[in-house]
Amino acid sequence: MQPILANYFPILVFLGIASGIATAMIGGSLLAARQKPYAEKLSAYECGFEPFDDARRRFDVRFYLVAILFIIFDLEVAFLFPWAVSLSHIGMLGFWSMMAFLAVLTVGFIYEWRKGALDWE
Amino acid sequence: MRDFFTNNVLGILLLTIAETLAILVPVLIGMAYSTFFERKALAAFQLRRGPNVVGPFGLWQPFADAVKVFTKETIVPAGASRSLFLLAPMLTFVLACLAWAVIPVNDNWAAANINVGILYLFAISSLGVYGIIIAGWASNSKYAFLGAMRSAAQMVSYEVSIGFVLVTVMLCVGSLNLNDVVRAQSHHWFAFTLLFPMFVVFLISMLAETNRAPFDLPEGESELVAGFFVEYSAMSFALFFLGEYTNMIMMSALGSVLFLGGWQAPFGLTFIPGVFWLAAKICVLMFFFFWVRATFPRFRYDQLMRLGWKVFLPLSLLWLVLTAGYLELTGTLPMEAL
Repeated sequence: MQPILANYFPILVFLGIASGIATAMIGGSLLAARQKPYAEKLSAYECGFEPFDDARRRFDVRFYLVAILFIIFDLEVAFLFPWAVSLSHIGMLGFWSMMAFLAVLTVGFIYEWRKGALDWE
Repeated sequence: MRDFFTNNVLGILLLTIAETLAILVPVLIGMAYSTFFERKALAAFQLRRGPNVVGPFGLWQPFADAVKVFTKETIVPAGASRSLFLLAPMLTFVLACLAWAVIPVNDNWAAANINVGILYLFAISSLGVYGIIIAGWASNSKYAFLGAMRSAAQMVSYEVSIGFVLVTVMLCVGSLNLNDVVRAQSHHWFAFTLLFPMFVVFLISMLAETNRAPFDLPEGESELVAGFFVEYSAMSFALFFLGEYTNMIMMSALGSVLFLGGWQAPFGLTFIPGVFWLAAKICVLMFFFFWVRATFPRFRYDQLMRLGWKVFLPLSLLWLVLTAGYLELTGTLPMEAL
């Protein structure tokens, strides 16, 4: 095995063992416990009412907006990772180019803020 | 014999499995006892006794709970997507365990001492939101759906601040390896340097990231009954529970590694092994979780989002720029070999 891949091998083992434990716990419980379902027990919980209709319906668009904003800033963080590690090697030019990038993003952030994209009533 | 464990494929596999169990088993036992610790701590805050019936001082309580939950009926609602419904808690639990692969428990000793440890943790903790979204969607219940929506928005909001915190720490270390992060703190723990504001941001964000009080809106017992896991019962519920507590311990471990010197011994008490110190620091941060839960009422959702986007995000970004500028201008950037 190549050394770089060998470093990641324990993660694979972790994945295997953790999935094994999870499957054993759910599967074991399904086998060990007495299952006795009936229609009322299996209906969705709505504080005692019969469930009205399907729960998968429209939701507030602001959740979507938050997801979009998250993608922008998470990508920004992803760009910052290599920059932060190599900052001592790329000197002033590297430093200032990232500052310019952050400045552009900050302008966008201020715009979002002023537009009210970050407000929740 | 040594040759067998370093060159033979089977030997390497056995050794890795042993290492994995050496980390996972204490984590899972610690997780079981952190539920006990939480109940005892909350009881003490409220001048109660807490669990004290099962075994001496109630010490067998976690195992009694486990047996009980194991023998309960697993209810899968009629309208739910059955396989997704059962997959979601497993995913949450597996991701919580996976993160432990890179936490250094002693000098140069992590199960996977990879050179992009921080990036890996960032990726794994981002994936955590999937378990919750899948659970909320697959349940086909209005409370679960609302809870999942809230939870996803909340987790991603605070994920961004945590990302900036990680980058700031990396600036001071010059490496993505978690072991290097701990080594860089051999003189000063980062919590007591100019990174202190980031430590505070991290402490509060980790509460939001793990959906703990005062940011436990996804569960919001009094408004959403239990949020995204309202339809879960028996072992599938327990797996969410385990995942949440494992995540709490993991965030505490990450906090100790990033800011409190990980396995470094304080006051030169190096004769006590590093594993002990890491465990002690994790316990302190775990207590912080329970302390906050006993002290603060739940946030409103708009307050939560305002804190995340309008306070933490600008603050952490500003501090990142200031830290980078300070290190660059004073020429104190860490010179790690690339």
